[in-house]
Amino acid sequence: MFSYTIFIMLLPLLSFIVLGLAGMKMQHKVAGLIGTCSLGLVTILSYLTAFQYFGMDRVDGVYQTFVPYNFTWLPLGNLHFDLGILLDPISVMMLIVISTVSLMVHIYSFGYMHGEKGFQRYYAFLSLFTMSMLGLVLATNIFQMYMFWELVGVSSYLLIGFYYPLKPAIAASKKAFIVTRFADMFFLVGILTFGYFVDSFSFSFAGDIVMGQGTTPFIEANLTKAVAAGGFIIPTALVLMFIGGAGKSAMFPLHIWLPDAMEGPTPVSALIHAATMVVAGVFQIARMFPLWIEYAPQAMSIVVWVGVFTAFYAAAVACAQSDIKRVLAFSTISQIAFMMVALGVSLPGHHGAVLDNHAQLGYMAGMFHLFTHAMFKACLFLGAGCIIHAVHSNEMALMGGLRKYMPITHITFLISCLAIAGIPFFSGFSSKEEIITACMEYSPVVGWIMTGIAAMTAFYMFRLYYGIFWGTENKEAHAHHTPHEAPLTMTIPLIVLCVITVGVGVYTTIGGFAGWGGSFGSYVSAAGTDYTIHFNTQIAATSTVIAILSICLATYIYKGEQQPIADRLYATFPKLHRAAYKRFYQDEIWQYVTHRIIFRLVCTPIAWFDRHVVDGTFNFLAWGANEGGESIRSWQSGDVRQYAVWFITGSVALTLILLCI
Amino acid sequence: MNYSDFMHMQPEFVLVLGLIIVFFADFFAHRNADSKKSLWLLTSLMLMATIPSCLIHNEPTTAFGGIYVTSPAINVMKAILAFGTLIVVIMSNSWAATRQRIAGEFYMLILSTLLGMFVMMSSGSFLLFFLGLEMASVPLACMVAFDRDRKESAEGAAKYILVATFSSGVMLFGISFIYAATGTLYFEDVCAAVSDSPLCIMGLVFFFSGLGFKISLVPFHFWTADTYQGAPTPVTGYLSVISKGAAAITLCTILMKAFGPMVEYWDYLLYIVIVLSITIANLFAIRQSELKRFMAFSSISQAGYIMLAVVGNGELGVAALTYYVLVYIVANMAVFTVINVVEQNNGGRTDMAAYNGFYQTNPKLSFLMTLALFSLAGIPPFAGMFSKFFVFMAGVQNGEPMAYGVVFIALVNTVVSLYYYLLIVKAMYITKTDAPLPTFESDGNTKIALAICTAGIALFGVASCVYEWIAAAGI
Repeated sequence: MFSYTIFIMLLPLLSFIVLGLAGMKMQHKVAGLIGTCSLGLVTILSYLTAFQYFGMDRVDGVYQTFVPYNFTWLPLGNLHFDLGILLDPISVMMLIVISTVSLMVHIYSFGYMHGEKGFQRYYAFLSLFTMSMLGLVLATNIFQMYMFWELVGVSSYLLIGFYYPLKPAIAASKKAFIVTRFADMFFLVGILTFGYFVDSFSFSFAGDIVMGQGTTPFIEANLTKAVAAGGFIIPTALVLMFIGGAGKSAMFPLHIWLPDAMEGPTPVSALIHAATMVVAGVFQIARMFPLWIEYAPQAMSIVVWVGVFTAFYAAAVACAQSDIKRVLAFSTISQIAFMMVALGVSLPGHHGAVLDNHAQLGYMAGMFHLFTHAMFKACLFLGAGCIIHAVHSNEMALMGGLRKYMPITHITFLISCLAIAGIPFFSGFSSKEEIITACMEYSPVVGWIMTGIAAMTAFYMFRLYYGIFWGTENKEAHAHHTPHEAPLTMTIPLIVLCVITVGVGVYTTIGGFAGWGGSFGSYVSAAGTDYTIHFNTQIAATSTVIAILSICLATYIYKGEQQPIADRLYATFPKLHRAAYKRFYQDEIWQYVTHRIIFRLVCTPIAWFDRHVVDGTFNFLAWGANEGGESIRSWQSGDVRQYAVWFITGSVALTLILLCI
Repeated sequence: MNYSDFMHMQPEFVLVLGLIIVFFADFFAHRNADSKKSLWLLTSLMLMATIPSCLIHNEPTTAFGGIYVTSPAINVMKAILAFGTLIVVIMSNSWAATRQRIAGEFYMLILSTLLGMFVMMSSGSFLLFFLGLEMASVPLACMVAFDRDRKESAEGAAKYILVATFSSGVMLFGISFIYAATGTLYFEDVCAAVSDSPLCIMGLVFFFSGLGFKISLVPFHFWTADTYQGAPTPVTGYLSVISKGAAAITLCTILMKAFGPMVEYWDYLLYIVIVLSITIANLFAIRQSELKRFMAFSSISQAGYIMLAVVGNGELGVAALTYYVLVYIVANMAVFTVINVVEQNNGGRTDMAAYNGFYQTNPKLSFLMTLALFSLAGIPPFAGMFSKFFVFMAGVQNGEPMAYGVVFIALVNTVVSLYYYLLIVKAMYITKTDAPLPTFESDGNTKIALAICTAGIALFGVASCVYEWIAAAGI
């Protein structure tokens, strides 16, 4: 019944092929329209899918999983690589997120990339990315997920390096590719470990264990066998996969590629490095969630603590950055860490295979935050794009006082800031409140740390906001070029994303306090059951008050024309500021580890071996071939009698060898 | 006499019919008339009709008291070879058109040699096998000698026919040993009576050397380089894929059917021959500067990979072999199509230096050539990687420690082969030259052939249905 979902995959692929092959001969407008229209259709189909899917009746209180397509691509005995489409609540939700943000970015890019060289190439890559991302979330098995996982990596690489004549862009794209590839290696090892022991790559465990109905007998038997073979196998496989996810989702210490990835065009940052690709790691954990809670509950704490540390670290760094895209990048890292923590704290309070309410909460909150974050973070990035478009710089020092020139950007940016800060009636509030509640139930320590980080979030976001729109106007920079509001193609996506943020925010806030059904939890929850979001009033009030306090603090410090307190803070803690500005020297540490230790101790000997032993062997072989060929040359001179001699000698020699064995 | 046995021979009959039609069309067409120009089209249609006729009949059958045997796997191979011949016929037109007066004979020869191969593949006895082999060999020699104005062509043909005669002699010698040991020529009876006596072993090796000559395995390969270089380019293409593929599947079936009990012996034989073929051919290919000669050594090494599938000895082996031949056909024919069109448009140049800077002037052709070379080298997204994978898998399936060793040596050799295939790519893209070949527009036939080949290179690997269709045919 969902047979049309195949077009969700095919349309972007088609548009990629058309634009990739013929794009350069097209006019910019035509190429852009082809990309945008195909994506418009994809969006319509995605919404149709969501409408139809969530409109269906639950069976036994849960949404069913549909697999409209699944064909075996490569059979290898029991194991087989499949390609297909899987629809369940999280993949349908991801469809909505990806298609919405991608469509907005396609429209926005009309204005932002206007007149840019390689416009058609840009749209071709956007289509490729969208196709791969959709394939990733719709995958029916881990291997398909991995294939598309690599494809999103490639399209991210291509788009970061879009301005390839610029050196930093090339360096950033290479860094992103290498770091994520390094992490993906672990992912692959995890997949192979899992496949080897369980004899299946399929996701057919998903949505089954949590429903309390057990997995398909085949996989269940193999899972049991794998556990019997050694309790650590499945946890190891899962943790290895998580390392891959941590690479894509920029968890500490694999986060180093994301800030540099901001060298790409800003709409790309909004789509790939804020809303969709970077949450692939979160999605992966959510996808494997039934296995985590069933077979590796202890290992979940790794996810939690990596998440907590990353959230804190990124928030601290964000407080000191001066490049607006970098602030947003670190904020993204921090927020994704929130989602990771939320998934991680969904610990088994479970009894038997059925999840209790507590575990549902964390999972639901993580997915909810993924959804809301995608919308407002995309809006923030696109807003930053408008600002960069107007000021021609990323540096906050060149901004200030822009609210007069860019009213629409200003309002939408403010709304998104309020959302990420966690102010009631904006979407970020509802999801973050749920995350903190889940953390509190897991452990008050984690709960309070996360509350503190939420306060930091509010602080650095408003530091950014005031730095851009208030404060002293940089008259010098604006002298010959007055900033102006962006064109309609760029502001409309901002408004749409803002409307979603506010709409979802108002509904879920009121619904959450009143305990209405039909909120996010009704659609997406760990067990697939109808989960009613009901705020814990105490926690909601505390976090709201803390958020407002940090906003006030940011206002106090950064709103004025002069910023005496900020200056004094810099003067008092110059080293701390410098360390934070330099991202606590993470890049330098990696540089040291790779260049000084790995390159020198591992790569240099290998290079020596390669140059002398391997090359020497091949040179020797080539020399031997040359010499040998030279001497054989005489036999090839055309004397057929000689050929006959060789023929018969060969036959006789082979006979003798066979007779001897 | 029971005529119903003839009903099992549809592919052969369609080919004979096609032969007659082409003969009459050529005979009655006015000299230099337009109708003669479209003889290639007629031949193509005949071949297109052959493909379904191979696939209609899909059960193992025995006819004429066991002398004619066919099975789904053989039929699939016949269809694939007809498909490959179709590509050869399409691409050969730009060459044949310059020899208008005698082009009809070329098409007749190509159909009759294919007929011989079909007979050889379906033989159930050494007698019919030998007939088919000779039926395929003699027209091929004529095809090699087709460029009457070129001395090399005649030289290549002379060498081919001399070595072919010699190898036939050796093979007949081997077959007579087997007859002496078993008292029969029918494969089934041979299988029952064969033992590991020295007589049988000698028979096996001498018989093997005859087909080894056809497949051009080391040490029976010496004719290859001279003949490939001398023959007209479409004929070289035909020799390297169709003739080789037919001989390979025949060798595979006869080894399994007639020499089944001697499997340890011919496994060893294959190990030695595979390692020699792949390694020696690779070392020779590295230093070639003449493209057709280079492709000759490349084809010897590819033959080694094809034989790796026979080591698998079973359903998987046959499927891997057939698939390998199919993929090899499209990739190799793409290369030969490019060589041919370059040769036709640039006064017969086939040396590698001619391709320096080829990308500057003919970007599309060099791109397609690159894809084909990547496929031959087995670089992942292209079909060649999948075919190599299945062949290795078949080799490993054998389970003997020696087989693992052979697979390992073959794997190492793929790296070497990558080097020399990339030499051509380097010449086309990187090597600077003051006088690259001028830009030219290729004719329609070349475009069609290249389109078919490129589609095959891109899709035969990724679309898993192709391999599954072949594997479904069984043995």
